Amino acid sequence: MFVAEAYAQTTTAAPAAAETHAGTEVPHGAEHGGGVFPPFDARTYPSQLLWLAITFGLFYLFLQKVVMPRIGGILEVRRDRIAHDLDSAARMKAEADASIAAYEQELADARAKSNKIAQDARDTVKAAADAERKQVEARLNERLAKAEASIAATRSAAMKDVGAIAQETATAIVQALVGGSVDKTAVANAVKSVRE
Amino acid sequence: MNGREGVKVAGTDPIHQFQIRSLVDLHVGGLDVSFTNSSLFMVATVAIAGAFLYYSTATRGLIPSRMQSVSEMSYEFVANLLRDAAGKEGMRFFPLVFSLFMFILVANLLGMVPYFFTVTSHIIVTFALALLVIGTVVIYGMMKHGLGFLKLFVPHGIPAALVPLVVLIEVISFLSRPISLSVRLFANMLAGHITLKVFAGFVTSLSAFGAIGVAGAILPLAMTVALTGLEFLVAFLQAYVFAVLTCMYLNDALHPGH
Repeated sequence: MFVAEAYAQTTTAAPAAAETHAGTEVPHGAEHGGGVFPPFDARTYPSQLLWLAITFGLFYLFLQKVVMPRIGGILEVRRDRIAHDLDSAARMKAEADASIAAYEQELADARAKSNKIAQDARDTVKAAADAERKQVEARLNERLAKAEASIAATRSAAMKDVGAIAQETATAIVQALVGGSVDKTAVANAVKSVRE
Repeated sequence: MNGREGVKVAGTDPIHQFQIRSLVDLHVGGLDVSFTNSSLFMVATVAIAGAFLYYSTATRGLIPSRMQSVSEMSYEFVANLLRDAAGKEGMRFFPLVFSLFMFILVANLLGMVPYFFTVTSHIIVTFALALLVIGTVVIYGMMKHGLGFLKLFVPHGIPAALVPLVVLIEVISFLSRPISLSVRLFANMLAGHITLKVFAGFVTSLSAFGAIGVAGAILPLAMTVALTGLEFLVAFLQAYVFAVLTCMYLNDALHPGH
């Protein structure tokens, strides 16, 4: 403000001079041909300073109270929104990763389970087959034993008959060779001795 | 009569564009505080800048429209400028720096429109803005650091014998800050507009000399076009420089010891 006051001193003289030949004209450079260079014309200073103070003051208040909070708010909202979006993107990615892991886990479980089921089935089938085979083998052994027994019986029976047959045959042969009667007991003893 | 003389002179006189004319006469306590063409363009500057910032951000779009992007970019541009120069505490001056930047930028750009008045081509306006900055620096620095603010004039690590000399130099450089800050902006706008007007004036004066004159006017015309582009750059650059220096001076208020 000291500028305005300082120039106010000079202004008092200048407009007075101006008024003498320009009447009610407001002092300005053009009328005083060869006068002051307009920017250095101190008579215009009070007006410029006053209107600058009014306009710039209002401008400052308007920007400070209205415009800057608004732009600051817009920028902050955008920054928050971007941060929030990034967060949710990260969260979604984590969720996707988790579900992929769960899926892999489930797949592994299912595979293990299927293997187990297959193994069980295989074991069951194998056990059943083994049992059946054992049964069949037992039956066969039984039959074999029976057959062997019958063979043995047959053979012993046959062997029993062999003596009689041999006796008869020997009696017949001796009869044919020697003729006459043949002592059956002697033949029997002879056959018996040969067989033993 | 005066008006007509003014119009006639306006044809070639490069100074005419800086003249301040009263639109509504106002006198308060012996001071002439008339509403002038300068006042009109201050109002226009503030109205255009304010309306643009207000309406471009009215929808508060999450995805900004083009206009909203421009507002957001200027906001973040100044915010980064201030944060880089003065750190986080500097952000308390953000409204001031942003208002200064937008006001000077829009005033400069508005001045580029033909027949429009350039508010910042007057030293008193730029000087008032510079004083506002330096005043803020001094008052805030004193409030925050008390006499410690005077450390600003005594850099660290200089021999005791040199202290008076260095302090003198620092004080002079501090006092010259509002002058350099205001003169830089004022002189750039003034010189640019005068140059533009002079070259454009050549075009009209030369073309009065028939065919040869018109041919000769091509060069100044090209210059005028090139200078117009340059002036748009300067309009932005000066607003930027003013804002950067403001940030640096404010940094002194916050950290005088450095």
